[in-house]
Amino acid sequence: MPCFNHKLEQDVIAILSTDAWILLLQGVSVTVQLLVYSAIFAFIIAFVAGFGRLSKYGIVRGITITYVEFFRGTSLLVQLFWFFYVLPFFGLELPALMVGVMALAMNYGAYASEIVRSSVLAIPKEQTEAAIALNMTYWQRMRRVILPQAIKIMLPGFGNISIELLKGTALVVLIGVNDVTYMVKQILIPSGAGTQYEMYLLLLVIYFILALPLILTARWLERRASLGGYSR
Amino acid sequence: MTSSVIWNWEYAVAVFPIIFQAMWVTLSATVLGFMLALILGLAWALARRSTFKPLAWTVAGIVEFIRSTPLLVQLFFLYMAFPQIPYIGVTLDAFTAGVIGLGVHYSTYLSEIYRSGIESIPKGQWEASTALNFSKVQTWTKVILPQAIPPVLPMFGNYLIVMFKETPLLAAITVVEMLQVSLIIGSQSFRYIEPITIVGLLFLLLSYPSALLVRRLEQKMKNRYASGNKKVTREEVTL
Repeated sequence: MPCFNHKLEQDVIAILSTDAWILLLQGVSVTVQLLVYSAIFAFIIAFVAGFGRLSKYGIVRGITITYVEFFRGTSLLVQLFWFFYVLPFFGLELPALMVGVMALAMNYGAYASEIVRSSVLAIPKEQTEAAIALNMTYWQRMRRVILPQAIKIMLPGFGNISIELLKGTALVVLIGVNDVTYMVKQILIPSGAGTQYEMYLLLLVIYFILALPLILTARWLERRASLGGYSR
Repeated sequence: MTSSVIWNWEYAVAVFPIIFQAMWVTLSATVLGFMLALILGLAWALARRSTFKPLAWTVAGIVEFIRSTPLLVQLFFLYMAFPQIPYIGVTLDAFTAGVIGLGVHYSTYLSEIYRSGIESIPKGQWEASTALNFSKVQTWTKVILPQAIPPVLPMFGNYLIVMFKETPLLAAITVVEMLQVSLIIGSQSFRYIEPITIVGLLFLLLSYPSALLVRRLEQKMKNRYASGNKKVTREEVTL
């Protein structure tokens, strides 16, 4: 490899041959866990809050709007710290990983709820009217007519949110979750495995590799959505 | 201070001015970073349209890479690792590193918005400029950009708010901004609840009204420039 300097080559070999590699993989697995758990919760929250804002009961709408605007209006990092430092005060001593999942899910759930809401609203009114004319109940209408079409519109947005979510998981290093950033920053660099800039570049590349399947899926979904159906 | 009191008003009132002062650091980092992002974003967008394909592809790759990796890690890289790179590495102070990090990260988002604006210009405008024998620079500055940018201005507003909400990340590279100040206060008095809540409320107080304003502006622009075929990929959820 002519473009590598000799030292870098040595460092890379050193990393590959020691426990560093295992530590990195452990970190990656924690990051992926964070991503998967928080994505699942975020999408559940998104559906609940998204439909909450479309509810016919003013009080349900009020609660969900407050939740959504509150979590979108304050910063994710502030929320993370708030959960981390304030919850123990109420006697709720959660492991850092769970605090991270909770903050990420609630924050990105608020953003994703807007996708759910706008997708449901994007379905033409005639569809609802036709369903009513066919004497369908609210749930039948949602399950058989509105949602199958709305989900198609939501999917590209969900793809994008999951990329944002992956990037957001890096923040949990600040409350001491041992994700891949933690492994590099707190463990590998102090232990002298490679020099800093190479390790941080490696870390960025790892995140990019983790994001690649998400990027490609999101792009595929976008293309598919723009081919047909209601893509706004 | 007994911990039986959940919210201590005296303490909250005492720490508020200190946190409020630090807000200027947060705001100036946001504004400076955003200005950098505006300029760099336009450069990315123009480079991606270059007829010299290797340049266009390289820039597209760089933009995709920056956009898909966490800002926090980029900040760590800029502040701690960048000075060590041989030949090009320069030591940056925390604030400068933070502003550059924010600016570069968000320039990739803004470039997508520039791109969507540019792509919404009908082909006829390009052809007309050619017919009028305009140079490339004239075409861009006199025909394309004046039409491409105003309709997407509210989207820039969106990102200004998004960026404002990301500035607490600068605390991770020791910039003494709002969050950092509140954590310092918290670690001294062992009461985090008030400082962090105040920071959250200040963010809400600043970002929510601006978000409402931007939303209204967006609606207005949508009515004025109702021509479709705008294409934004991976756009942030509108605020």
